[in-house]
Amino acid sequence: MTVVVADHSRAGYSAAVFEAFLAARREPQWMTEARRQSFSVYQQLLSQELDAEEFRRLDLRTFNASRFRPAASAPDAGGIATLLSGRAEFGGAIAHVDGHVTSSRLSAEIAAQGVLFGGLQELLETHRALLEPYFMKRAVHADADRFAAWHAAFWTSGTLLYVPRNVEVSLPLHSLIAHSQDGVADFSHTLIIVEDGARATLLEETASGSPDVAGLHVGCVELIVGRNACLRYVQLQNWNQKTWHLAHQAGCVDANATLQWTVVGLGSRTAHIHQDINLDGRGSTAEVNGVTFASDRQKISYYTQQHHRQQGTHSDLLYREVLRDESRVIWRGMIKVDAAAQQTDGYQRSDALMLSEDARCDSIPGLEIEADDVRCTHGATTGQVDRDQILYCMSRGISRREAMHMIVEGFFQQIYDRIPIEVVRETLSRTVQAKLGIEAVAADQLHSEEEDEY
Amino acid sequence: MTSVLKITDLHVSVGETPILRGVNMQIRQGEVHALMGPNGSGKSTLAYALAGHPNYSITAGSIEIDGVNISEYEADARARLGLFLAFQYPVVIPGVKVADFLRHAVSNIRNPDRREGEGLIGMREFRKEIRERMTELGMDHEFARRYLNDGFSGGEKKRMEILQLAMLQPRFAILDETDSGLDSDAVRVVSEGLAKLSGPQMGVLIITHHERLLEFNRPQFVHVMLGGRIVETGGSDLAHELHARGYADVRARHPDAAPEPTHTTTAAAV
Repeated sequence: MTVVVADHSRAGYSAAVFEAFLAARREPQWMTEARRQSFSVYQQLLSQELDAEEFRRLDLRTFNASRFRPAASAPDAGGIATLLSGRAEFGGAIAHVDGHVTSSRLSAEIAAQGVLFGGLQELLETHRALLEPYFMKRAVHADADRFAAWHAAFWTSGTLLYVPRNVEVSLPLHSLIAHSQDGVADFSHTLIIVEDGARATLLEETASGSPDVAGLHVGCVELIVGRNACLRYVQLQNWNQKTWHLAHQAGCVDANATLQWTVVGLGSRTAHIHQDINLDGRGSTAEVNGVTFASDRQKISYYTQQHHRQQGTHSDLLYREVLRDESRVIWRGMIKVDAAAQQTDGYQRSDALMLSEDARCDSIPGLEIEADDVRCTHGATTGQVDRDQILYCMSRGISRREAMHMIVEGFFQQIYDRIPIEVVRETLSRTVQAKLGIEAVAADQLHSEEEDEY
Repeated sequence: MTSVLKITDLHVSVGETPILRGVNMQIRQGEVHALMGPNGSGKSTLAYALAGHPNYSITAGSIEIDGVNISEYEADARARLGLFLAFQYPVVIPGVKVADFLRHAVSNIRNPDRREGEGLIGMREFRKEIRERMTELGMDHEFARRYLNDGFSGGEKKRMEILQLAMLQPRFAILDETDSGLDSDAVRVVSEGLAKLSGPQMGVLIITHHERLLEFNRPQFVHVMLGGRIVETGGSDLAHELHARGYADVRARHPDAAPEPTHTTTAAAV
């Protein structure tokens, strides 16, 4: 089965669209030049089939690129409901709407530490020597696939976080990527560089201004974690169900560094995330969590790769998916171990819980191991809510519906337990409850209950 | 008023297979009944059928609480009416804390009209109560933070059933081999726990093979089940007799109740 999209006008953008896009931007020559190179890569890749292994289970036939265009301007993010902002103390926050930065702030204390945080475009221009060597050169390359190239040619705004050597950013930072107008294509980019010995946490979320605006996100996430550094990155995808989300994401973890990466998929019409975890330095560690709750006719697809390139590296990936209605989830996972990567410990697992007989889940783990002294474990399970569990709850007076919801929340709880950021755990729990349709607890109880945790 | 759980001519099938073939029993609040019988005689089937397990279909007869026929009720509605089953094999629910599970259960049992999302019993009140019950049952308070039955030993699971019984204070409690698989210390804890909990407000049906549970919870009525029927009912002496002599005498007295269930005895009969 092939996934070629024969009609390229539907699959992607023409040269005319590209020239119009360039003309509308006032960018330095080097940036424009890089875009032109990426666009020519894009044109080549657009005429080729997508990688069958990665895309064969994802139906992109209804995708029509010409339905979406970069927006010339954007309203501010004031009216857009977010899950995270206001829920915790953030050291800085940035918002993008329709591909434009609408607000950005960083606390004076953190700025004084030499941390850069703000709009990618502006910071790339002002700190070219520092940042250009990273931007689409280390973690994600334009020629990775059609969507990466498309992004490299058309990237609009983005979030940049740069943390200098041995600096610890004590408060988390917040990034919002939002859509507000109908038919907008947003190519926002997230680039995080945490230098040797530094530590930081960035919580990113996507949101739509209303349930009715159709949107396209062709995104890219690059996470560069230096030696002995630690980065916690969360991306909470919560678009409306009229949005396409196509993203190439990669993290590069240097020696003895740790990357804790949580991917959450709640929204979108169709989402595909290519996630590469590159364990580039000796003794590096990556913990990867995936929380997906698909409903209605959503299609959410992941292609994850844990690539162990050096000795003594450790990766631990756990994805959990809940599927309802006629939704579909695809997870294709791979652990690659290079010949040099002896004493590697790689783990990957995906567990899916089906709430409907009309939903479908494909979980395909895989291993490619060239070293001979490694420990790699993988697994995938798919099952329905256990009837004995339901009966057990019901025999304690809990209704069938509430029992089902408890079991779903318990299923996700085991992932929440791996996420060391309280606001994320709380937000996920609340958001999953909302998606389950659990009506909010009466307001009077919220106020009278000073504490609700056992 | 003393509530009555009345089982009349109950026939229950699993799939197409009839298991119970006309069970009659009446339990009043405050009474302790024991149900004994060889493996495969239908004791657990009766327990599940009473609790409302969907795989156990009632093909004839009725289960009533104070004259209300509950045999069509779902398990949660039965629980809200005051019926409780301590499971022989308690179910693991990963990711759901004992405290959260029980807080929901208690809220529903005490407020039977509660719907999902509506108020739960106050956390302070609940915490105080569950800690008191855990202390009484000799349980570590950390139990409440663990995931329900997840990684619990056999004894811990059975103790968890008794904790739930203590928190839910049902009018009728059915204990399905709550003493099985436990060492003698654990049986003692469970037996004493039950003895403390049962009283004039609770009717108890103890399904057991062993005498230990009955030492602490002396039954007024002992029923013997054979082939899906209760073939004899007596006082606690009957339990002693069964322990001393096994079921051979009972079988001999009721030759038409059931064929011998095990292959060895069948072979011997041939």
